Amino acid sequence: MTGTLGKDLLGLESLTGEQIRLILDTAEPFKEISERAIKKVPALRGSTIVNLFFENSTRTRISFEFAEKRLSADTVNVSASGSSVSKGETLVDTARNLEAMRIDMVVIRHSASGAAKFLADRIESNVINAGDGTHEHPTQGLLDILTLRDRFGDLKGRRVCICGDILHSRVARSNIWGLTKLGAEVAVCGPRSLLPNAIDDFGVRVFERVEEAIEWAEALNVLRLQFERMTAGYIPSAREYNRVFGITRERLDRVKRDILILHPGPMNRGVEIDSDVADGPHSVILAQVTNGVAIRMAVLYLLAGGKPELAEAAKGGGARGREDRE
Amino acid sequence: MKPVLLKGGTLVDPSQQLNEIADVFIKDGEIAGVGRIESAEGADVIDCDGLIVSPGFIDVHCHLREPGREDVETIATGARAAAAGGFTAVCAMPNTDPVTDNQAAVGFIVRQGQRAKAARVYPIGAISVGQEGKVLAEFGEMFGAGAVAVSDDGKPVASAQLMRTALEYARTFRIPVIDHCEEPTLSAGGSMNEGIVSAQLGLKGIPAEAEEIMVIRDILLARLTGGHVHLAHMSTKGSVELIRWGKERGINVTAEVCPHHLSLTEERVRDYDTNAKMNPPLRTQKDVEALRGAVKDGTIDLIATDHAPHHYDEKEREFADAPNGIVGLETALAVVITNLVEAGHLTYSDLVERMACTPARLFNLPGGSLKRGAAADVTIFDPRVHWRVDPAKFASKGRNSPYNGMTLAGRAACTIVAGSVVFRSESSSAAGKGRG
Repeated sequence: MTGTLGKDLLGLESLTGEQIRLILDTAEPFKEISERAIKKVPALRGSTIVNLFFENSTRTRISFEFAEKRLSADTVNVSASGSSVSKGETLVDTARNLEAMRIDMVVIRHSASGAAKFLADRIESNVINAGDGTHEHPTQGLLDILTLRDRFGDLKGRRVCICGDILHSRVARSNIWGLTKLGAEVAVCGPRSLLPNAIDDFGVRVFERVEEAIEWAEALNVLRLQFERMTAGYIPSAREYNRVFGITRERLDRVKRDILILHPGPMNRGVEIDSDVADGPHSVILAQVTNGVAIRMAVLYLLAGGKPELAEAAKGGGARGREDRE
Repeated sequence: MKPVLLKGGTLVDPSQQLNEIADVFIKDGEIAGVGRIESAEGADVIDCDGLIVSPGFIDVHCHLREPGREDVETIATGARAAAAGGFTAVCAMPNTDPVTDNQAAVGFIVRQGQRAKAARVYPIGAISVGQEGKVLAEFGEMFGAGAVAVSDDGKPVASAQLMRTALEYARTFRIPVIDHCEEPTLSAGGSMNEGIVSAQLGLKGIPAEAEEIMVIRDILLARLTGGHVHLAHMSTKGSVELIRWGKERGINVTAEVCPHHLSLTEERVRDYDTNAKMNPPLRTQKDVEALRGAVKDGTIDLIATDHAPHHYDEKEREFADAPNGIVGLETALAVVITNLVEAGHLTYSDLVERMACTPARLFNLPGGSLKRGAAADVTIFDPRVHWRVDPAKFASKGRNSPYNGMTLAGRAACTIVAGSVVFRSESSSAAGKGRG
């Protein structure tokens, strides 16, 4: 089934600004469902969705699962350990087996860049990329952008800096594509050893010093520092990272403006971000999590062929999206 | 063996500065005459009208997988694929299983090559025992058994000391030491060129410098030792500049480039197509242009395929986990004609020089010339025919080609080794109108 977004959501690179706005707009009416006592609408009733997680994930998997259940889809979770994957099954065989079970959608998280596309090219079901290697994590990018839009309104000209390990971050890539397409000014900040060498060709501003980034930015999206980066020799230590690149209250207080703080989680408190910043008045970290469910509902709904203008109605009770699937 | 008369073709033989319509008479496995030859008693006549007749192409860099991976290629299928691509001889890299690092293994390759009765197959011996980069293999015994060069191809010689010793020791046998230039700590984990595309795709890149550091190291070691270092599959503009630097100083360095590095860029990887994954990786347009210029001016001495067949399901997987390498024997000529000759970078004389004459000279092999008395290794090709690449029709067992589905110009019509026809195209005039 191909809707307004095409068959799959593999990344924000391939979407237009208009398509991104469509997803954000579609997410708006879905936000309210999660605030109800009975958090369920029948928009995807009868659809079967597999959450195929080859990499560990708590937040993203649960967020997708809630989104699917609140749309009344039937869901199955498959994780790499305890499945045929741990017995050496290849991704292509996993894909063929899923296809043979006639499922409607696959949400895939995988450690290899390009894995979601690999799957999407080989099965007819809709594929949603829930993070592929260091490539993209489009729903995270979308929920970050939705959270920014909630606070800023139009993102055109707004200054957003992504801080940390850009080199290995799929979240950074999706944010850069999405924000750029909506007209925001985007910067990255981190040690050069954790920035792609070709970062200057991304069309983003680059800050080597976090103080300069804070001076410039209206919002900071602070990325998690993976501990394996230290053992791999990209940076010397977590302690030094905090001293040189950490988002601290003291650094933020030096500018006399409010700066919005985002973090895709899970946080290393005291490493990339200090607790009093994460828990502070300008942190929207929990709002991101709330928005995550709405964004994923919107993506599932649109990929299933739901009409964006019907999202409001679908939320009222009719399985309108389903009708469009026939 | 019946004599053969190649009638009416355009003879392109840079070894004699020939580029004109001329007949070639072959007798007893040798070139018996070149010029206007009306008839020859009892000879098979091959009509070469509209075709180019040249010294046989020699590919100094291919992987025939036998022994060890006969499921993906054998010496026989590889030698037939070579013949179908217009190659009269190929040099087989030693990264077999077991590694071709001793005289018995070298002798096995020689014998399997003779049994194939297709293109000639010359073994390349390993530089180090087991290609492990530690202990020097027995160059002398391997040379005696038929090895024409040494290389640890696929595994870069990380130790400068081992490379130095190899260059010194190889001098006795006057064979080139071939290096796969890759600084392993810089390239570790990489699966494509490092640049904007790798950064966007989230794939770990291999910087051009990983190659260039080893290129200059090897050139300096050649200067130190006086040995002949041959640099395999050059892929970057920087490498070209370093080789030029070395040659200007009279250092004994030679180099090769592959058709894919002359025709494709990192953009080809954008959809994670594992058939565009090889090592060294596809680079940028700037690199492609520098390499084209270097083939023209001789900074790069020759064109070699790095033919590397893989089983289809080994390639049918996540990009970073897929093996490196593509097949090249049956597309090399067409890729070079389409991208270099038709695009105006090379003449047919240049092509024959880089694919036949220079390989024979540098590796001290028969062929490379159609002078009277030379071995009758001849390639006859149709420079104008357009054809669509269909890997299912390859003589090679490998199907992993980035040119799949592309329409290319130029194709081998007939391949002759030591006076015997080992390949004849079904579609060309040389096939249809033969037999006098």
